[in-house]
Amino acid sequence: MSAADTPLLAVHGLRAAYGKIEALKGIDLEIRRGEIVTLIGANGAGKSTLMMTIFGRPRAKAGRIEFDGHDITGAATHQIARMRIAQSPEGRRIFPRMTVAENLQMGADATESNDVDRAASLERVLTLFPRLKERMIQRGGTLSGGEQQMLAIGRALMSRPRLLMLDEPSLGLAPLIARQIFDAIRILNRDDGLTVLVVEQNANHALRLAHRGYVMVNGLITLSGTGAELLARPEIRAAYLEGGRTA
Amino acid sequence: MDYFAQQLINGLVLGSIYGLIAIGYTMVYGIVGMINFAHGDIFMIGGFIALITFLILVSMGLTAVPLILLVVLLVSMAVTAVYGWAVELIAYRPLRQSFRLAPMLSAIGMSFVLSNFSQVTQGAQVKPIPPLITGGHTLHESAGFAVRLSNVQIVVVVTTVVLLAIFTWLVSRTRLGRDMRACEQDQTMAALLGVDVNRTISMTFVIGAALAAVAGIMYLLYYGLVDFYMGFVAGIKAFTAAVLGGIGSLPGAMLGGLAIGLIETFWSAYFSIEYKDVAAFSILIVVLIFMPTGLLGRPEVEKV
Repeated sequence: MSAADTPLLAVHGLRAAYGKIEALKGIDLEIRRGEIVTLIGANGAGKSTLMMTIFGRPRAKAGRIEFDGHDITGAATHQIARMRIAQSPEGRRIFPRMTVAENLQMGADATESNDVDRAASLERVLTLFPRLKERMIQRGGTLSGGEQQMLAIGRALMSRPRLLMLDEPSLGLAPLIARQIFDAIRILNRDDGLTVLVVEQNANHALRLAHRGYVMVNGLITLSGTGAELLARPEIRAAYLEGGRTA
Repeated sequence: MDYFAQQLINGLVLGSIYGLIAIGYTMVYGIVGMINFAHGDIFMIGGFIALITFLILVSMGLTAVPLILLVVLLVSMAVTAVYGWAVELIAYRPLRQSFRLAPMLSAIGMSFVLSNFSQVTQGAQVKPIPPLITGGHTLHESAGFAVRLSNVQIVVVVTTVVLLAIFTWLVSRTRLGRDMRACEQDQTMAALLGVDVNRTISMTFVIGAALAAVAGIMYLLYYGLVDFYMGFVAGIKAFTAAVLGGIGSLPGAMLGGLAIGLIETFWSAYFSIEYKDVAAFSILIVVLIFMPTGLLGRPEVEKV
């Protein structure tokens, strides 16, 4: 098998728990280079836990996580990040008492990039989210929800990630800004070949954006397929689309 | 007026020493949320390392005072930093996931270990050194009272200011400082961005210990003595300074240190020297009643 055929991220039989509560009950999932993959499911299905478990927080209780053919199951969180897997996590987690510029700098620090790369990354992020340019010297904690979301995604992009994981990028955003963010993801994927794993409550948006999707229920993957396939399935329509809102 | 000016000078010098120690308390609190009760003893260790280095240099026949001071400063900072690093590694890191009080109890234990270690290896007597920096300047003289600024006072204040400038640059401008602030605000997110949280916490202890070592050297130069017990009282005072300034706030620690130094000095000068500690702690209590987060502290609720 050549390197190009190995999936960028492969998860096999992954289990994880918070204390005695099992949150992931044996997850199998693959992301290939250049794909946008979405993970949809109700609140508490374990989507965010899956993203964090890939980063080793919490640690996997069983199963295997491979990134670019390397086993990263037991690796420390910061070492996984330095392999250029970036995450815009649940709750955004902007550093509230750092400026926007420093928050972005933290993203760039994740890799051993040189100054030229950094300047180029910054340029790209500010082109995607021009709003951040006006806020550079403002503290992260003073930004609005939408601006924090842009900053969280921008910060993740600063490391020029090989895999970008976004947890609910449209949460709490006005529809117009949500659309801007989805457009940004599409552009990054098309122009830079960025591989993206996106968790979304808004299944309609997410499935239209993604090449493939996985449906997660109670810590298990119950369905998978291309975005169009999943959109057409009646059970998906009933559970996540019709009625407009997720449960 | 002259008497007042003299006390102001004395208070600022004492406050500088407290402030340097207080920074260590406040940094560690900010990043791991515990009070490092062994920090006062790290200060004491710094004083002893300085004394030992001084005696070695003198026995080697060195006489140039500036050179001696420089070597003492570097050696004491380096060796004390190793102590700070080791204390964190041995006594606190294994308890990081434990309940909140566990590392604090461990810190109290570590405080006893360090002071007893000094007592056993260095003896229980007070260790004096001859004054290294002599002389001074008379700033003003009238009615038989002279306002004096001694050279050792100048050295203490200038060293403190220079160190604070370096330290402020380190925290606000360097990668390490940024990592430290990131860990203080959100350790999980810092790790997600490739920050080695354990290493950053270690470095926090190393820097705090190095600053405490400088305070130890200043104490040795200023008072001309060290003993195994000096870390306890100085540690409690510096801790008070950190709380007064707002625990977790770096400028607050320095401000609190100066405030405690001035309160103590003025109280001793105008009222009674026996009750200077009562005065310092009373003012702490009054400030905390009206400003529960200290002078420059921020409310805890900021986390979103």
